[in-house]
Amino acid sequence: MPRSPLERLEARQGRPYTARPAAARGGQSDGESSMSQIEVRNLAKVFRVAERRAGLLGAFRGLVSRRMRDVHALAGVDFDIERGELVGYIGPNGAGKSTTIKILAGILTPTGGTCTIDGLTPWRDRRRHAARIGVVFGQRTQLWWDLPVIESFELLQRVYRVPEGLFASNRDRMVELLRLGPLLDTPVRQLSLGQRMRADLAAALLHGPKLLFLDEPTIGLDAAAKLAMRDFVRTLNREEGVTVVLTTHDMDDIEALCERIMVIGQGRILIDGGIDELRRRVGNERVLIVDFEEVLRLAALARELDGDGVRDVRVTGKRARIAFDAGVVAPAALIARVTARFEVHDLFVEHPPIEHTVADLYAEHGQGEA
Amino acid sequence: MSRLAPYTAVVSARYRNLLQYRAAAFAGFVTQLFWGSIRLMILAAFYAAAEGPQPMNMVEVVAYVWLGQALLGMLPWNTDADFKEQVTSGAVAYDLLRPLDLYGYWYARTLAFRTATTTLRAVPMVVFAMLLLPAFGLAEWALPVPSVTGLIGFLAAITAAALLSTAITVLAHISMLWTLSGEGVDRILPSFVTILSGMIVPLPLFPDWMQPFLSWQPFRGLCDVPYRIYSGNIPITEAANEIAFTLAWTVVIVWFGRFLLSRGVRRLVVQGG
Repeated sequence: MPRSPLERLEARQGRPYTARPAAARGGQSDGESSMSQIEVRNLAKVFRVAERRAGLLGAFRGLVSRRMRDVHALAGVDFDIERGELVGYIGPNGAGKSTTIKILAGILTPTGGTCTIDGLTPWRDRRRHAARIGVVFGQRTQLWWDLPVIESFELLQRVYRVPEGLFASNRDRMVELLRLGPLLDTPVRQLSLGQRMRADLAAALLHGPKLLFLDEPTIGLDAAAKLAMRDFVRTLNREEGVTVVLTTHDMDDIEALCERIMVIGQGRILIDGGIDELRRRVGNERVLIVDFEEVLRLAALARELDGDGVRDVRVTGKRARIAFDAGVVAPAALIARVTARFEVHDLFVEHPPIEHTVADLYAEHGQGEA
Repeated sequence: MSRLAPYTAVVSARYRNLLQYRAAAFAGFVTQLFWGSIRLMILAAFYAAAEGPQPMNMVEVVAYVWLGQALLGMLPWNTDADFKEQVTSGAVAYDLLRPLDLYGYWYARTLAFRTATTTLRAVPMVVFAMLLLPAFGLAEWALPVPSVTGLIGFLAAITAAALLSTAITVLAHISMLWTLSGEGVDRILPSFVTILSGMIVPLPLFPDWMQPFLSWQPFRGLCDVPYRIYSGNIPITEAANEIAFTLAWTVVIVWFGRFLLSRGVRRLVVQGG
């Protein structure tokens, strides 16, 4: 019987994934535990981009005087993240997600504002900070392309100076949870994308970081690989208390994993809260799905339901989809109206896909892709 | 674990990785055999026509040429294609995710790049030039067996040469943070590295008026110093001084590289990955 990583974890005896003791991670003191793990204040990043002028003449003028344009990737971002949170960080392309992650990871210096993670400023204390965090970029591997997976792991052990015992237990744990056993001797370049992502995840966790940044970890993965990835991230967060900051374009990732969502648009945080908060901000749309006992005519149903709050009615065979605004007409009242008139076999109310919600939000802030 | 453990691990991983390119090494061996023969013939003709004593005898010249052919790949004459790809794609910023000193990390990778393929080519070349040539009755053209002191001095000098060569290559790598492509540096480097190191013509054979300049420039430590120690043209009593000369230049170039990299990184993190 196939079992999920989570189930296998629950069945597991002993051998816990072990974070490194605070002392080994460079004097992280307990005094910092009163602070949030991540504190970001008024973070700003301005990129200066040389503008190209059109035409040959423009190109020549560009040689003499370059016109620079400022691009505000981040225009004052504030947030706190507590230990053990699992935060989804979403926004349209170019909104500043990756810029934020790169600053938090210490590989980009902001133009303004402050950021403190476990008492360190990532870009100033880069090496100490790097030893404490794990980072996975879905778009590129951090494994050594030509080395077998296991050799990459052993190299990372030395690069991160992980003691042998800790390394062995973390490695075995990752190999088990991410089903890496058969892949260990394969060079990274021969792995499929899904396999590579699993290996990348393991690689980011071998040194036992308590904070993990995932930048689009499910991009390009097939359905099974996505589910495995989510299971793993959930396990890591719930069972080991690893703080996870996740960027994604896949709203299923968000719905499956995140209790808290931050939406960024045009360099600012637009929303910071739970999924419900996100939905409330863009209205109370719900969809009532009804299976009738017999095939209905759309016109009959539409006429019957015409009125406040009902936005759209569609009928296919015996099933109807009725989109309505729950702030105007209570779901119970609408159901009562339908069941009073027609023979109903079954019905249920659902939220619209969160994709629509987010697309609406982006549109509202003038940043939609379409 | 020692402080150097991460860096030695990087060297050894990259080294093992580069040892896979055996076919390329064989092709390199054949090419270098060809060029070695031509250089020997030219220098032999030159010696036959020369009047009066020369600063090196023919045995020393033969040793100089074969060692040069064996160790050609160790000259800082090109840059690592992997690194080039990393710079153009912007992936180079991700090296900052490692809890390592960036210069040390790059130096370790480059040291492996500079020495791994050279090892693959040097071994067959030495076997050929030292053992096979005499077997064919061409002992006169063979790489001479060194004296014990010559060999010890040579091993020390070639180690220093590897460190120097790596430092120069790292400098070329760092320059790509500004140029974004290794094209320019890849074209400029070979022309003066091969001449100033002695790879084309042994440095003692250059005109006297050039000698003061040639004896102070850093590239001399790459070929001229170790090869002449090998044959005894530089007496073993002077070897320590010459090796110290090579190491001093290495320190200067490492220092300059670190300075340049700290500016380059600022640029990197300002522009984004």
